[in-house]
Amino acid sequence: MERTVKHNTNKVNSILRVSNITKWYKTGSRQLTVLHNISFSVEEGSIVSIVGPSGSGKTTLLGLCAGLDHASSGSVMINGIVLDHLGEDERARIRNRYLGFIFQNFQLMPTLTALENVMVPLELRGEKNIRERAVILLEKVGLSERIHHYPAQLSGGEQQRVSIARAFSTNPKILFADEPTGNLDDETSDRIVRLLFDLNKEAGTTLIIVTHNPELAESTHRIIQLRGGHIVSDRPTGNAVLSA
Amino acid sequence: MEHQSQPAYKKINFPWLLTMAWRDSRRNRGRLLLFIASIIIGIAALVAIFSLGDNVRKDIDNQAKSLTGADLVIDNNRKPDEAIGRLIDSLGEERSVQCSFASMVYFKKSGGTRLVEVLALDGTYPYYGSFETIPAAAGRDFRNAQEALVDKTLMLQYNAQPGDTIQVGALDFRIAGTLTQAPGRTGISTTIAAPVYIPFRYLEQTGLLQKGSRFKYTYYFKYASANQLDRQLGAVKDTLEKAGWDHDTAESRKRQTSRQFDDLSKFLTLVGFIALLLGCIGIASSINIYVREKISSIAVLRCLGASGLQTFLIYLIQIIAIGFAGAVMGAVLGTAAGQLLPIVLKDLLPVNITTAISWGAIIKGVGLGVVISFLFGLLPLLSVRGISPLYTLRVSLESRSAWKDPARVLLSGIILLAVCLFARLQMEGWMQALLFTAGILAAFTFLTLAALLLRWTVRKFFPSRLGYVWRQGFSNLYRPNNQTILLVVTIGLGTLFIGTLYFVQGTLMNRVSLSASGNQSNMVLFDIQTGQKEGVAGIAKQFKLPLQQQVPIVTMRIEEINGKTADDARKDSTLRIPRRAYEGEIRVTYRDTLTGSEKLTAGKMEANGHRQGQPVYISLEKGWAEHIKAGIGDSILFNVQGALVPTVVGSLRDVDWQRVQTNFRVVFPSGVLENAPQFYVLVTRVPSREVSAAFQQSVVQQYPNISIIDLGLILQVLDEVLEKIGFVIRFMAGFSIITGLIVLIASVFVSKYQRMQESILLRTLGASRRQLFMIIMLEYFFLGALAAATGILLSLAGSWALAHFSFDAPFQPSWLPVVILFFAIAFLTIIIGLLNSRSVVNTPPLEILRKEV
Ligand SMILES: Nc1ncnc2c1ncn2[C@@H]1O[C@H](COP(=O)(O)OP(=O)(O)OP(=O)(O)O)[C@@H](O)[C@H]1O
Ligand SMILES: [Mg+2]
Repeated sequence: MERTVKHNTNKVNSILRVSNITKWYKTGSRQLTVLHNISFSVEEGSIVSIVGPSGSGKTTLLGLCAGLDHASSGSVMINGIVLDHLGEDERARIRNRYLGFIFQNFQLMPTLTALENVMVPLELRGEKNIRERAVILLEKVGLSERIHHYPAQLSGGEQQRVSIARAFSTNPKILFADEPTGNLDDETSDRIVRLLFDLNKEAGTTLIIVTHNPELAESTHRIIQLRGGHIVSDRPTGNAVLSA
Repeated sequence: MEHQSQPAYKKINFPWLLTMAWRDSRRNRGRLLLFIASIIIGIAALVAIFSLGDNVRKDIDNQAKSLTGADLVIDNNRKPDEAIGRLIDSLGEERSVQCSFASMVYFKKSGGTRLVEVLALDGTYPYYGSFETIPAAAGRDFRNAQEALVDKTLMLQYNAQPGDTIQVGALDFRIAGTLTQAPGRTGISTTIAAPVYIPFRYLEQTGLLQKGSRFKYTYYFKYASANQLDRQLGAVKDTLEKAGWDHDTAESRKRQTSRQFDDLSKFLTLVGFIALLLGCIGIASSINIYVREKISSIAVLRCLGASGLQTFLIYLIQIIAIGFAGAVMGAVLGTAAGQLLPIVLKDLLPVNITTAISWGAIIKGVGLGVVISFLFGLLPLLSVRGISPLYTLRVSLESRSAWKDPARVLLSGIILLAVCLFARLQMEGWMQALLFTAGILAAFTFLTLAALLLRWTVRKFFPSRLGYVWRQGFSNLYRPNNQTILLVVTIGLGTLFIGTLYFVQGTLMNRVSLSASGNQSNMVLFDIQTGQKEGVAGIAKQFKLPLQQQVPIVTMRIEEINGKTADDARKDSTLRIPRRAYEGEIRVTYRDTLTGSEKLTAGKMEANGHRQGQPVYISLEKGWAEHIKAGIGDSILFNVQGALVPTVVGSLRDVDWQRVQTNFRVVFPSGVLENAPQFYVLVTRVPSREVSAAFQQSVVQQYPNISIIDLGLILQVLDEVLEKIGFVIRFMAGFSIITGLIVLIASVFVSKYQRMQESILLRTLGASRRQLFMIIMLEYFFLGALAAATGILLSLAGSWALAHFSFDAPFQPSWLPVVILFFAIAFLTIIIGLLNSRSVVNTPPLEILRKEV
């Protein structure tokens, strides 16, 4: 593991670095390029939003950043570790160690209770006092009454809060969220966003959020805008980055 | 970096895997139970057979001596000559003699006559075990008076009671009791030849010894010690063999019985194994769909950092656990069924079967269940490794081609090897085991191809002009996640198996009943002495019966074949002439023409009989000629009751043994045997049972030495025998049929989840319940119909091959059952499909949306 670590020398506090990635899909005989030469890096402790019209490649980019998929060319580095040539199991370890996920459709395991869903990443790490910590996390997202419920017995907003508790459980360095509020009403959305921003404040977790909500985007530190697989703008919003 | 602060990342945390496996299965236990139901029956069948095997082997050991009833048994088809007689007198501590032959008995009270096996017994045999009789004392006491023991089926058939009178030959005997079991005899053997025991000292007086029948002499000896037996037998063995006497000890009979039982048990095991294999297909297909449904869970786990191996193991643990649970349930059920098998098999085995619980069988069954569900569950499970975490972001349909995965190819190879190895354990040689495996593989391939063809055809020639419901039903056959291949293969294999069993049984029955129909002969009278010929013909005329054949028979024995005696053949095994060729008494006729059931295959028959000064040219039946290694031009020296007659093989004939007719292995030309001691056979046709009974009665009354075979009786006997064997086969096939049904239910049930989302959507979009029902019905009808048709086709091919190559019988399936089977399977599929889908169609969409599968 250690030997794959490469220290980033020119920008010490960049937690995620994407250099020149391109992604194409082969459909039949045709080749469809959905991301063209994307490069950016994310400062540790910042909140970045990725916006753009439907089909512009946001989800694809997020998946590549999180090591869920291989880029056709280019390189991704997380916390100084280059993902490009790692095997699936090594990436899984990195995800477990540094990354958290929140999905638009929550992605809880249907056969596990809320509590168990939160416990899984900790159990994968083989940590101690898992149950207590998971209960505290669920309390924090306001679900102390619901810990033994199955996902099917929870509302959409409640499910999303369970998935946030799960994402928090390992104190990830980066949290990836693909339209985390896309399926929720305004009030619930606000609550979810507040939870995420609190995490950023308290633990210095870097947030990368794909969203269609301009308001949410404006409240982050930086907005990367995609169109047709190209970055068309990348600008700070003026909100100050809290140093971790 | 802060690596130090991170806890150790455990590679495989076994307790956690167990917990996860437990949790993950939580909401699917009901369905997992259904998966294992598929193997329960197969395991049950095998455990029942295994435990039967254990018990019977023990029983054979324990009851070894009562198989023969004596320490040593010797027998021959002729009376001992003086030298052998002296030798017999020198053997054993105690001895008994028995002379057995076929003869008519006449039941005085009911007036019935029937051909039976008469056994005249002297001495205190059996020394081990006993005659089981009602009343119990009859088995011992009948030898002290002019009394007989009569088999229970005869007693039943002629409604006779102990105390009634039967006539055997010229003598009357009082029935001392009903014989229910004699040492070493099976239910089948008494069905074929119903025994009647009489005391030996009355044999002479019956007057039957004069007749032309074969008499088998058997001597039973009791020894005080095994040593003494070994010593004496060692000393006289060669002399006995040279004189054509067979010898059998309790030990050798035990080995022979064990061998016969092993053959039976292997056959049964194979039938059980097929049920298990069918169940395994159920497991594999269920797991396949189970994994498909678990994809998003698996992807989440991968996203959260579980390794491929970890996720794989979580599901493997589930499979092994359900395999184990299924195997244990199967073992329990099998042990219970094991209590029934002895009842099923009692007529096939010469021992009393005990029904102890066999732990060995249970362990073997459970082990086999776990291994086989592991192997077959692993196959679809391998795809878990390839599920990408990307799936959490985007549901993708792309899946790796199964055959590009080397692990899968390897595993398939291992499965085939395992099946082949198991088959080899139950079969004679590798060739058969390979054929068995290849047959199963071929059936698989064929069914898969049929399913692919259906899918392709529907897609290619899509009936786009039909109504919506039809189009939807058709397109369900090929759209992503379709069930076409799975259902066609499982239903098809089930149909194949059921069909084959049915057709084979039909072929066997056909073969028997064919000869009963038409204007063919149905009664044979034999042992007619020269002086009785006219008299018997007279009685036949009186009853207006046709004399279809009246054939002289001379019995003789082979002395030399091409100058080689029995002794030479025994010493020089390169001659390859079987010992039996010299031993048996051969029944020969003489005539110069062929009968309707014969065809000349080589040489020619002399039209005018034997010509003086020429060799005696005889004609042999082709198969028998090969057996004794004789061909055209070879010389055979016959011993015709003392007179030596040299002959030369002049022709070979093909004989159709199926017909009731007097057929002969050896035919002499006329002009040679006319003056030899001989008797006649008369073949006729009786129009009804009543005439048959009356005719037999008057023949036996006047000529008690004449034996009569009534085809009706043979058919009845064969029917009983086939019924007994058929019952065993049906019992075993029942396991497969039930498994097939369970697999069918499981696969249809499982596919319901695949259709769930879609049905909800359709209902939300406004489809009526009737439309949904129609769509489902059409889809399952196509699947069921195709599977049934393919399965029936395969079973026809298989049964034809069996009939042609194994039973050497014509294959004439009756078509009505084929049609019935086809519709039965197709409708069963539809009904199970509809029943399963009922909940999807009936529950409000919202409820299903909430219920995660
Ligand atoms: N497996 C695939 N094969 C072919 N094309 C794909 C595949 N996956 C994604 N695409 C294409 O890539 C493009 C980008 O998809 P992506 O999901 O990243 O868009 P998005 O920006 O997240 O859109 P949305 O806002 O609708 O979620 C789309 O045009 C999509 O059709
Ligand atoms: Mg998207």
